[in-house]
Amino acid sequence: MPVRLWRAPLDTQKVKPPKAEIHILKDQCKGCGFCIHFCPKKVLEESEEINARGVHPPKIVDESKCILCSFCTSVCPDFAIFVVEKQCKEGCQT
Amino acid sequence: METEIVHPLAKYLREAMMPHIWCSGCGNGIILNCFVQAIDELKMDLNKLVVVSGIGCIGRAAGYVNTNSFHTTHGRPIAFATGVKLANPELEVVIISGDGDLFAIGGNHFIHAARRNIGIKVICANNFNYGMTGGQQGPTTPIEALTTTTPYGNIEHPFNLVHLAAASGATYVARWTTLHVRKLTQSIKKLLQKEGFGFIEVVSPCPEIFGRYNKMRTGLEMMEWFRKASMVENFSDPAKAEITPERIVVGEFVDIAKVSYEKLLHEKIAEINEKKMAMVS
Amino acid sequence: MSKKGLILEGSHFMNGDIACAEGAIAAGCRFFAGYPITPATEIAEHLAQRMPEIGGIYVQMEDEIASIAAVIGASYAGVKAMTATSGPGFSLMQENIGLAVMTEAPCVIVDVMRGGPSTGQPTLPGQQDVMQAKWGSHGDYEIIALAPSSVQEMFDLTIEAFNLSETYRVPAILLADEVVGHMWEKVVIPSIEKIKIMNRKKANVPPKAYAPFMPDDDLVPPMACFGEGYSFHATGLTHDEHGYPQTSSSEAQQKLVKRLCDKIRKNADKIIRVEEVMLDDADVVVVAYGIVARAALSAVRKARENGIKAGLLRPITLWPFPESYVAKIAKQAKAIVVPEMNCGQLVREVERAAKETPVAFLSKLGEEPHTPMEILEAIRRNC
Repeated sequence: MPVRLWRAPLDTQKVKPPKAEIHILKDQCKGCGFCIHFCPKKVLEESEEINARGVHPPKIVDESKCILCSFCTSVCPDFAIFVVEKQCKEGCQT
Repeated sequence: METEIVHPLAKYLREAMMPHIWCSGCGNGIILNCFVQAIDELKMDLNKLVVVSGIGCIGRAAGYVNTNSFHTTHGRPIAFATGVKLANPELEVVIISGDGDLFAIGGNHFIHAARRNIGIKVICANNFNYGMTGGQQGPTTPIEALTTTTPYGNIEHPFNLVHLAAASGATYVARWTTLHVRKLTQSIKKLLQKEGFGFIEVVSPCPEIFGRYNKMRTGLEMMEWFRKASMVENFSDPAKAEITPERIVVGEFVDIAKVSYEKLLHEKIAEINEKKMAMVS
Repeated sequence: MSKKGLILEGSHFMNGDIACAEGAIAAGCRFFAGYPITPATEIAEHLAQRMPEIGGIYVQMEDEIASIAAVIGASYAGVKAMTATSGPGFSLMQENIGLAVMTEAPCVIVDVMRGGPSTGQPTLPGQQDVMQAKWGSHGDYEIIALAPSSVQEMFDLTIEAFNLSETYRVPAILLADEVVGHMWEKVVIPSIEKIKIMNRKKANVPPKAYAPFMPDDDLVPPMACFGEGYSFHATGLTHDEHGYPQTSSSEAQQKLVKRLCDKIRKNADKIIRVEEVMLDDADVVVVAYGIVARAALSAVRKARENGIKAGLLRPITLWPFPESYVAKIAKQAKAIVVPEMNCGQLVREVERAAKETPVAFLSKLGEEPHTPMEILEAIRRNC
């Protein structure tokens, strides 16, 4: 069961949650749908466009919701999607 | 300034042979993904890694991994790997093959390699049929399942692979599905670091053929079956871990320490060799 | 560590199987995987004892299929490897012999032939696997097969088999028979410095430029082994120079299969060896190999004593078949006599090469090879 916090953590200012950068290698996708279906935060959905294989690759709905669980990276049979931590330059806003 | 986006694990894949031949929704790609993820996390010396595969869809995996690799005849990767490991015990020899290749035609080699406890590692993609040749019944096809050679429903009892591996003497036995990607990756890491014969069964979707014949037409439907039916039970009795439509027991079953065959053999050879050299020089 | 203790230098009284095992050791074989089968079991037993003494590996596998697979594996791991069997085991090994040909894995397979087919007569000789050595596996391919006819040759030809298989990256088969395998004769084992050893060509380009099946001018590709820094793929599927499967390309099939055959055919003159006895003016030539050649030699000598111009052509290399030698003698001789312990195998090749010259076939099956008298009678009938 997820822990429900009754107040904001005391070190919220110091700790920045990682931001995700989702990369989709569109033409490598074979349209299995695993990443879309199993994403815990429903960050992805099937796009309208058709890639070189004739299927609909995923598209990002809201990258800010991604928690970098990397499930999509590991479950993709075609190495067509991966998530990396966005490298924040000094002084960027959350 | 547009830099080409490159998958972080791309360096472990043979670019000239990609994209792989596997169908949309096939679990083989997931197994390959978890395998290269594991060798990446372990920072393995790729020069010392040899991937051996047999015949079947999963057998193509050896060609896709960017290390020393060999694609043998049907059923023989374990025997080939035994020769490699004994000739050069420094090499890490991993067999990635299928349920039919390893347990039907290759069954004899499997049980003897496990019995000897030779330090080769076996990752079995269990998709319940012979996919490459069009979906025939295999040694793990569930009862009542439809395949091209069981058009009236399968009446042969399937193997319980983890039970077979444990009974034959493997030092590490685990079963995961392609849904349990993180556990599978961790399991592969453990497999590669243990001494002796290790075995991981990966229950894998074959939606184009097995799934289609058995009312699970897409990879998603098969993965949903895994999600509903699998339960993680660590170190339960492998004899009771038969796969049924309602129940797929996953987890680690065996994790014991037993000295490996190649270690024993090379120690013995060194001992006899030394004695002989002392006698003649 | 001194090399002295490794090989048994000197004169010995040994049986053929043991001489073969010692030949393997002298050739640098350091891996043996086998399965017991009469009459080749002694090779395995002797190596089970000798291999650890010299720092080599002996492993008894669960069957002959596993044995040949392990031998190919060890070869690819960089070690000279051998297995030994007889007819039934040789049949089991055929698929993987094809794999060894396709992946160009140097290895030696000893087949101590016995009476067949099927279980046959395990303790009695035969020469019934000759055609199987050439055609046993499916597909088009060439291998090298040598036939020893003395215990000394069991030693010498095992070394030659290793040298040929390493030079041409092809399985080399030693086709002995049960009599040569089990008889006891004098063997002289020279010192290690006097033994000529050939090793496989090593990869001579940097790893990134290496293509495992890119041949040199002699049609043989240099061979890298696992763990040497070259990461390559080898497969039994039809492949290109990089080892990648090419299952849809006619061009790839044409190119690869042709090269694998030409590799032996075009180098045949360097591979083939025969023994020629009194052939210069021979009217009747006996073509015999293995134990039968011993009786044939005696018969030819006796024939000469009786005024018949007989000669002996003994193929030492059975495959590739020494057809140019047979064609040459066929031009001058009136007849060729081929005694074999089978129902007609090598004689077919002799007939093919001899063309118009009559070929008489002398078949004998069972315990005793042909006696010199039987061959002499055949010479008399055909001169």
